[in-house]
Amino acid sequence: MIETKQITKKYQNKTVLNAIDLEVPEKKITAFIGSNGAGKSTLLGIVSRLLKKEGGEVLIDDMDINEWKSKALSKKLAILKQNNQMTARLTVEDLVSFGRFPYSQGVLTKDDHEKVTEALAYMGLEPLRKNYLDALSGGQQQRAYIAMIIAQDTDYVLLDEPLNNLDMKNAVQMMKTLRRLVDDFGKTIILVLHDINFASCYADYMVGLKNGEIVAQGSTEEIMTSDKLKDIYDMHLDITEINQCKYCLYFK
Amino acid sequence: MPRKSMIQMSALGAFALLSCLLFMFYKIGGSWSFALEERGIKLAAIGLTAVAIAVSTLIFQTLTQNRILTPSVMGLDSLYMLFQTLLVFFIGSNNPLMANKNINFIATLVLMIAFSFMLYHLLFRRERVSIYFLLLLGIVFGTLFQNGSSFMQMLIDPNEFLIVQGKMFASFNSVNGPVLGMASIVLILSLVYLAYWFKYLDVLRLGKDQAINLGVPYFKLARHLLIIVSIMVSVATALVGPVTFLGLLVVNVTYQLFDTYRHKVLIPGAILLSIIALVFGQWMVERIFTFNTTLSVIINFIGGAYFIYLLIKESRG
Repeated sequence: MIETKQITKKYQNKTVLNAIDLEVPEKKITAFIGSNGAGKSTLLGIVSRLLKKEGGEVLIDDMDINEWKSKALSKKLAILKQNNQMTARLTVEDLVSFGRFPYSQGVLTKDDHEKVTEALAYMGLEPLRKNYLDALSGGQQQRAYIAMIIAQDTDYVLLDEPLNNLDMKNAVQMMKTLRRLVDDFGKTIILVLHDINFASCYADYMVGLKNGEIVAQGSTEEIMTSDKLKDIYDMHLDITEINQCKYCLYFK
Repeated sequence: MPRKSMIQMSALGAFALLSCLLFMFYKIGGSWSFALEERGIKLAAIGLTAVAIAVSTLIFQTLTQNRILTPSVMGLDSLYMLFQTLLVFFIGSNNPLMANKNINFIATLVLMIAFSFMLYHLLFRRERVSIYFLLLLGIVFGTLFQNGSSFMQMLIDPNEFLIVQGKMFASFNSVNGPVLGMASIVLILSLVYLAYWFKYLDVLRLGKDQAINLGVPYFKLARHLLIIVSIMVSVATALVGPVTFLGLLVVNVTYQLFDTYRHKVLIPGAILLSIIALVFGQWMVERIFTFNTTLSVIINFIGGAYFIYLLIKESRG
């Protein structure tokens, strides 16, 4: 289980996260929502050890994140950030193979190759496996990175705005894939989402942040109400229901 | 290793061997044993420099995720020049620290490594340091050292200045046996040290965040790689003078030739290319230009032209 206790983060003197206590439900999709600068990505960064915190602790399966060995943790938890700049020129298959690094330390076994092939197939990337990443579209690159995370085969998958730069079709596909990862493989997924309606349709649990604090958390059903959303976003939002899914309309 | 890289590597190896043979046996007359020993020492010095510069530049670029930086931005070249100038300025060129090659080598090497360790120690007291902050410090120190040495070079006696000037350019002519032995030991130790971290280099190419995600102990790794880079650059510089100019060119030609991220291909490729460049360049300096030009001019000219050719070829194809 992923649990945070009293996490605090400051940039210079500005507090970006203030005493965050959170228990992330197992085998569910949890979405961090909130306005720009609310601290969603920072919280995800700290939980995934990419960012340092000023105070508090992160517990992964009841052990402090600093006690974990890098290698052991990389078999337990995977993180994907929104912009992956890379100088190396590599193919889709090369990238996905890197997902096996925590297990193979660079020398792939037969088992590793199988996992890579499975991950490629799962994301529908087989026709592209020999293509270079820099020659692919944004959506295809994103899929390749997700395939790498799948090959990494961790219980916890953390994604920072996975829908960034994706068009409608790709975004829906991405969310459906993540849903399947939870329903079929029992993964626990945490993601930062900007689009509240995608969170409403696909997430099980929502954590609303504002000014570095959690202002609301609960099941999607509980959070998707005008009152709760007003606490999070500071604006009035109408909720409508279409086909058992709640949408909030915020365009006017 | 893919077959194409294998063929390219063999071709490079053969070419390197040929250039070494040319260097050893071209117009060899008179006493063979004398000529061979003299040329052999030079060739060994070239090989050692080639390994140190190729490997250090490659891992430095992998660490910084940047194809145009070389370890020279850490200011070690400038420190070398400052030290030599200081020696001549304050105690004169006849002092054993300057005149005795063995003592000069040891003193220079110790000073350069001590300087890097001091810099890293100051920096890494904070747990997570940005590599770019370190580079900035290196550049500031480098400029300071450079200006310091220029200032002193203005003031010293013209004859003494000639001695300092001799140190400004990479030269394989003044290397002797004992110095070469010491340099080899240090280089081999640093290669063994690198072998321990080698498996992480490929992953590092994915960037810092991905490396951490995949279980690379990034901050520890960065610290150790920087130490390895400084030791290698220090050995090469203390042995033959400022040679980091070689790295940028050789490493970029290697990327163009091999088009891979795998260090087990890139590192041997870069080493072979460095050997070819240095041996061939040195041969031209000695036989064609009869010491009227410096090695860096020749290597940068030929290498630069070849690099432009590669770029043009790629933009057409």
